[in-house]
Amino acid sequence: MATSGVKLLGAKQSPFVTRVMMALEMKSIDYELVVMNPHLKPELLSKTNPVHKKIPVLIHGERAICESLIIVQYIDDAWTNGPSILPPHPYDRATARFWAAFVDDKLVPLLGQLREAEGEEAKELVIKKLSEAFMRLEEAFINCSKGKAFFGGDSVGYLDIALGSFVGLIRVVEMMNETKLLDETKTSRLAGWAERLYSDSLVKDVLMDPQLLLVQLQKFLATMPKAASE
Amino acid sequence: MGGVKVLGLNSSFPCVRVLWALKLKGVNYEIVEENLLNKSPLLLQMNPIHKKVPVLIHKDKPIVESLLILEYIDEVWKTTYPLMPEDPYDCSMARFWAKFVDEKVVVTAFEAMKSEGEGKEVAIVAAKETLELLEKQIEGKKFFGGDEIGYLDLVVGWICLWLPAIEQVGGMKLLDSSTFPLLYQWTQCFVHIPAIHECLPPREKAVDYFQTGLNYLRSLDASKK
Repeated sequence: MATSGVKLLGAKQSPFVTRVMMALEMKSIDYELVVMNPHLKPELLSKTNPVHKKIPVLIHGERAICESLIIVQYIDDAWTNGPSILPPHPYDRATARFWAAFVDDKLVPLLGQLREAEGEEAKELVIKKLSEAFMRLEEAFINCSKGKAFFGGDSVGYLDIALGSFVGLIRVVEMMNETKLLDETKTSRLAGWAERLYSDSLVKDVLMDPQLLLVQLQKFLATMPKAASE
Repeated sequence: MGGVKVLGLNSSFPCVRVLWALKLKGVNYEIVEENLLNKSPLLLQMNPIHKKVPVLIHKDKPIVESLLILEYIDEVWKTTYPLMPEDPYDCSMARFWAKFVDEKVVVTAFEAMKSEGEGKEVAIVAAKETLELLEKQIEGKKFFGGDEIGYLDLVVGWICLWLPAIEQVGGMKLLDSSTFPLLYQWTQCFVHIPAIHECLPPREKAVDYFQTGLNYLRSLDASKK
């Protein structure tokens, strides 16, 4: 199948971009990664994502698709060869979408808050909320996986991509704060899942090693504007 | 194992989105009215994470979040009245703009409603900027879904009754017909569709809903000072 004309605007350090890369790998789609730092406001980004000016953007032929989870669903709909990303049953699809939105609306902002928290007390408060979020995700894993290896069952699926793309960053946050979030004692299923994800043949090549990610992220974050003007 | 139930209230537009979808699909449902100031054990059991309405209960299983419920309804009752576009790209655009409506249009409208003094003017400008982007999306089309209403029309539908209610409570005008003629025209077509019209609450109910909410927020702010 002709897969030329697929470009991904983004940067490997971004978990949102990683989601798209995981989906493209799952479907064996050839693509070109056009490295882009949104904080430097490149023109191509403003043209393809005029509303939000953010990465990732998938360019498929003449079309530009934005927002990582929307792009993943697009990839699933547009390329029907290869494994399905979303589960077949409507209820399971709604459940996967719900928890993916939970990652974006609850977990991700907390990771940002932890980076910005000043002082031990403030950090502890955010870490407590993060732990609670991970406990919820642990329950979600038990319900969705139904005893199998991944949220998607025997193989990686939508929710594995939505959360799995953040495992590298979560490990980085653990290192920087000397804490454990994906913890073998409190969230043992999730901890096991994270290990399996990094070995899974479909997606392991795009998941960055946390040590390497730490270095790359520090460089990337240095380009961010100091004032919260975004 | 019962039929289809919707936990919610018809003064809440996310709930009405769900009712519209069910009506268009010809699905019979029962509304279980919720009191948001005194949430029922059923709601807390069915939506323990967010504790919000609407909740769709189908075959005893809960589905939450109005946008997700719309897609669920479309996937389960797929032979009648398709809501999502067929083409994957059009689908992704519908999802993109639906997200934009809930994260930007609704939020900025509420901000403008709540704001006072100088901040209010700034908030009104921000809200109008989001409406401008929506205005561009309806250009050249009768409905967001094309010739017939679809998913995105149901998502934007709150502007036909709830936005005027927000404007009234906030003492401001956001969607005026001269600045946004296409959106205004769209509201007039949308609201006359029978399935849409049948689910609309009286305007006073929507006004009351937002006024109660605003009073509650202001009392919270006052108690913090």
